[in-house]
Amino acid sequence: MTEPTDGVRRRIEAIWRIESARLIASLSRLTRDVGAAEEIAQDVFVAALEQWPAGGVPPNPGAWLHTTGRHKAIDRIRRDRMRDDRQLGAALDPTLSGKSDDDLLALIFTACHPVLPRESRTALTLRLLGGLSTDEIARAFLVPSPTIGQRISRAKRTLTEAKVPFETPADLGERLPAVLEVVYLIFTEGYAATSGDAWIRRDLAEEAMRLGRMLTGLLPREPEPFGLVALMELQASRFRARTAPDGTPILLPDQDRTRWDRTLIQHGLAALDRATALHRPLGPYSVQAAIAAVHTRAPRFEATDWEAIVALYDALGQIAPSPVVALNRAVAVLHADGPEAALTAIDEVRADPRMARHHLVGAVRGDILLRLGRAADAAEELERAAELAPNQRERTLLLERAAAALP
Amino acid sequence: MRVMVMIKGRGADEVRIEPTTEMLAEMGRYNEELVKAGIMLGGDGLKPSSAGAKVVFAASGDTSVVDGPFTESKEIIAGYWIWQVSSMEEAIEWAKRCPHDAYYGAEQVLELRPFFEMDDFGDAMTPELRAKEEELARQVQSRQGS
Repeated sequence: MTEPTDGVRRRIEAIWRIESARLIASLSRLTRDVGAAEEIAQDVFVAALEQWPAGGVPPNPGAWLHTTGRHKAIDRIRRDRMRDDRQLGAALDPTLSGKSDDDLLALIFTACHPVLPRESRTALTLRLLGGLSTDEIARAFLVPSPTIGQRISRAKRTLTEAKVPFETPADLGERLPAVLEVVYLIFTEGYAATSGDAWIRRDLAEEAMRLGRMLTGLLPREPEPFGLVALMELQASRFRARTAPDGTPILLPDQDRTRWDRTLIQHGLAALDRATALHRPLGPYSVQAAIAAVHTRAPRFEATDWEAIVALYDALGQIAPSPVVALNRAVAVLHADGPEAALTAIDEVRADPRMARHHLVGAVRGDILLRLGRAADAAEELERAAELAPNQRERTLLLERAAAALP
Repeated sequence: MRVMVMIKGRGADEVRIEPTTEMLAEMGRYNEELVKAGIMLGGDGLKPSSAGAKVVFAASGDTSVVDGPFTESKEIIAGYWIWQVSSMEEAIEWAKRCPHDAYYGAEQVLELRPFFEMDDFGDAMTPELRAKEEELARQVQSRQGS
């Protein structure tokens, strides 16, 4: 095999990134087996790496990859005697290969299938839909490469054993949340990164946004994918503003809003408009995006429309009740209606046993007590919260606030 | 990474070229492909240079205004896209797929330019410089607010 020069190799990788998801999708349609499709696609990639450097990149590289893939799939089906002739007939019929969007959707739903554990869904989605290599996925998730390799091969085996059909499910509405969850998991994995290999992981957040936009292109009548895209883009618009030069996090009230990313804001707000314009009940991602949009539209933190945020948290609490949502709502109530109303709200959260060991409940309650002029109670609350804090930095911060509370 | 793709043509060709229905339909399909690939962040078309103007700061220090059309100009921007891609190579591959029409005998150019990202400044952007920049931005903002 001629070793491709860096330039050609990078070009082939770029073409691969554009084509691989649709290639694997159409091969899955032919073979009815996502695992086999992915292996054939890898063969095609290797063939391109071998042939293109010497013979030149074909004028229509996408068509080359698809034709080569189809031939390899047909060879494989012929070899495999367990398959029936009907499938071979279908594979040989070129008129059946025109529904590329349907295949791509089916591939997404298969990669995010509920029979798979969550961590396998994210790895498989990045591999099949994002065109990422095992090494790239491993680097992004900060785990050893063999771990990801095993996760992916086990996932492919599970899909085969469970006889998961390659199709867009009829109960699309039921299955869509699992797909959106995978995309958002990939996003938060990248978004949460603040140190070390942060830039690699930021790519992960970009990949999630790309996957989300892909979904909106494939399902233009569904509001939630638009809501998810809006949520991710509005959150990502604050990337640049949320860390100080020395790496310490800058919280929303203190962020320099001129550093927010206008392009992402514009696209995110437009996506949220698309979600609401469909006039269907909004899901949790759309409502969270609407909350993010209220912050985005406020020129300064003090100018935030807190009444709107409280109303949106009320709506979110209806469709996706959780104590964390209630906690966030209590913070919004503090800004909108003052400390007395907020104390009532936070005490409801505190009564939830799931939140008993959550340091932020105490942190928020401490602030509320301080605003009510109950300094001693506030200090006590903040000290208790410090004991529950997950890391030293937050513990120190809470103890400092506790000390500052006392005159 | 983010790339701006500028659609350029010669000023002399601007009046001759009227996009045909087929060309517009092909462009529509291409745009749809970009959306479905998830790389499209934005973009727009610009009116012909006959609707435009130039403000020219001469080397002598004089300032003058030149009204369009800019028939002499070799590169007039007719529109642009903003794409989010994983590499410059990926952007180039997408650009190569853009529909074009040799019928007019006119040269059409797509110019691809990556945006600066904070990391690009590397060591040149010291924490002090960055803090200074932030302070400036704050001052500008507070002045606008007052």
